[in-house]
Amino acid sequence: MENDDVILKVENLSKQYRLGTVGTGTISHDFNRFLARIRGKEDPYLKIGESNDRASKGNSEYVWALKDINFEVKRGEVLGIIGKNGAGKSTLLKILSKVTGPTTGSIKSKGRIASLLEVGTGFHPEMTGKENIFLNGAILGMTKKEIQSKLDEIVSFSGCERYIDTPVKRYSSGMKVRLAFAVAAHLEPDILVVDEVLAVGDAEFQKKAIGKMQDISGKDGRTVLFVSHDMNSISILTKKVVLLKDGKVNYTGPTDLGIKKYLSSSKENKVYVGNPSTEIPKFIKIDVLTSLPNSVHIFGEKLEINFEINLPNKQNNLAISFQILDEFQNPIVHIWNIDSEKNISRDKGNYKFNCNINSPKLYMGNYSIRGYLSDSKLKKRYDFVDSVGNFKIEMMKLKRNDYKWESGSCKYLEDYSWIINKN
Amino acid sequence: MQKDKWLFEISPKNNLFDLNLKEVWQYRDLLILFVKRDVVTLYKQTILGPLWYLIQPLFTSVIFTLVFNNIAGISTGTIPPFLFNLAGVTIWNYFKECLTATSDTFKKNEAIFGKVYFPRVIMPMSIVVSNLLKFGIQIFIFICFYLYYYLTGHNVSPNLYLIYFPLLIIAMGMLGLGLGMIISSMVTKYRDLTFLVSFGVQLLMYLSAVMYPLDLMREKLINLEEGYNYAWVVDINPIAHLVEFGRFMLLNDGSFSVFGIIYTTIFTIVVFLLGLLIFNKTEKTFIDTI
Repeated sequence: MENDDVILKVENLSKQYRLGTVGTGTISHDFNRFLARIRGKEDPYLKIGESNDRASKGNSEYVWALKDINFEVKRGEVLGIIGKNGAGKSTLLKILSKVTGPTTGSIKSKGRIASLLEVGTGFHPEMTGKENIFLNGAILGMTKKEIQSKLDEIVSFSGCERYIDTPVKRYSSGMKVRLAFAVAAHLEPDILVVDEVLAVGDAEFQKKAIGKMQDISGKDGRTVLFVSHDMNSISILTKKVVLLKDGKVNYTGPTDLGIKKYLSSSKENKVYVGNPSTEIPKFIKIDVLTSLPNSVHIFGEKLEINFEINLPNKQNNLAISFQILDEFQNPIVHIWNIDSEKNISRDKGNYKFNCNINSPKLYMGNYSIRGYLSDSKLKKRYDFVDSVGNFKIEMMKLKRNDYKWESGSCKYLEDYSWIINKN
Repeated sequence: MQKDKWLFEISPKNNLFDLNLKEVWQYRDLLILFVKRDVVTLYKQTILGPLWYLIQPLFTSVIFTLVFNNIAGISTGTIPPFLFNLAGVTIWNYFKECLTATSDTFKKNEAIFGKVYFPRVIMPMSIVVSNLLKFGIQIFIFICFYLYYYLTGHNVSPNLYLIYFPLLIIAMGMLGLGLGMIISSMVTKYRDLTFLVSFGVQLLMYLSAVMYPLDLMREKLINLEEGYNYAWVVDINPIAHLVEFGRFMLLNDGSFSVFGIIYTTIFTIVVFLLGLLIFNKTEKTFIDTI
């Protein structure tokens, strides 16, 4: 049954920031605001302001970091919040966690909001682990009694039993993070806000954090707002996303479509374009067609690599080959097409060579193409292009139980089968 | 249609008087823990530890005695000048510590305030409470000297009003906190004020009857024959009254005026409430301007 219980409602939320130096002219602006207020008019500076597009230089000193944001979150839902840098994600989080107020609009909530973004805030280096658990817990809104009742649990979750009466300044940075996370994880808020800051921790910490998040939304039926750049985790953890663009809601709805929209919104030209020559064959275009926009490819789906070649004269032994390079420029795959093997000779003109890899096994990561154009008999190289057509492979939708996909753990995945017998 | 019942709402409508004291009460444990933190970490990794809080008032009193009483020849009546100055400095110090420590609340705690929400007012409140510890140390050394002078036959004795001494301390704390909150709120926008505080506090001390009796000041600054009256400079200063009351309680010396009490009480309450209001208004958006 559909759960219609809205736990969080964001209505016409806007946030205005002043650019440049705060200081000069501040008093005069304050004075104008004050005049407007005593005459019962609205703030004169609210009318101005431009949308928050980082790249274009605007005329106004005021920008809208968020403008008319509307969305709802239902109880028990995991909502992803995605967007480019500067799209307003952090501002939204700040307002949600009450660190700063909105300029107009409101957020209504039926539950306590806590965020995992402030892991370790307020730790005092001179105090012991235990003292810091109390202080940090109280900062996050727990009462002393609550902390006392969960103390053993927190200490064992952190795995710092042995050091619990040692000043935190003697802790390794990893231990600090574990202790802080242990406190935050036992907050039990109704709405948990998780920032991409998570990505900073080591693999174990990330795993624990993601696991805790899944517990919170799955077992405990709590609501989670998850902010991330990492489309892998977004696609695994969330069913619904809000896409922010230049401070506005660009899209709200199912995750699949949201990710597509997000990736296509920042389209960069990754197609290689070369110049033809009057003497030798040349690549004039290399284009990688990925399954998602913006050169993102889902693992295992059909990958198409298109080469356009210009032949200024007749070629008998044309050989075209390319390598797929990983991010360290190591060739992972080599694919070729040699005309002389098939006794083909080609007249002058433009040709399209489309290479289809039906189910590439390349593991998640960034890849690029290195292309060669040669005469296979003369061993003469006509053209060579390096690191073009960059694309990225993501493990989207393919879920592995218990273990998160981690980049760098291999270069490709093999098909396999297991035979297991008991002795 | 179900009627939505919201637990809370985040909106820009900051009603000036929406102080949310209930929330402050919910966070009382945090206040206690902040005080505990300040107390526990105060002397960590210092050689002299709490002695620092003795050295400062003692040396100040010695210098004051030397300059004001021995050189300038200000009379402190039957009271030993050193004890007179020590009493003034001890009381003044509590106010000064409260004011200077709370006046950069927002700036100093930017990192923590920028990440997590709790009623911001907890922070300056905890400072005022933990400053009581320093004050306690200083009043202890004062008592030691008091006994010394008493036993060596000097004419020193407190008077009955001493039972109001806690009220005096509360007034000092409230005044320091109130002013500190006003200044810390304004510092978020206008940094100039930080310079003003360190230098203003120093000047204020000279106007606060710390090293001279209030009566003497009236005597010197009012001259009806020549037609001038500058006594109001000190008379409008509530801290001067507080220091004088304190000395009156401790040493049974100086004047006691009903006007001074009423004026100081009203002033303190007004400043404290004003500070609370301004602080409350600032805490919502300071992170954008600081």
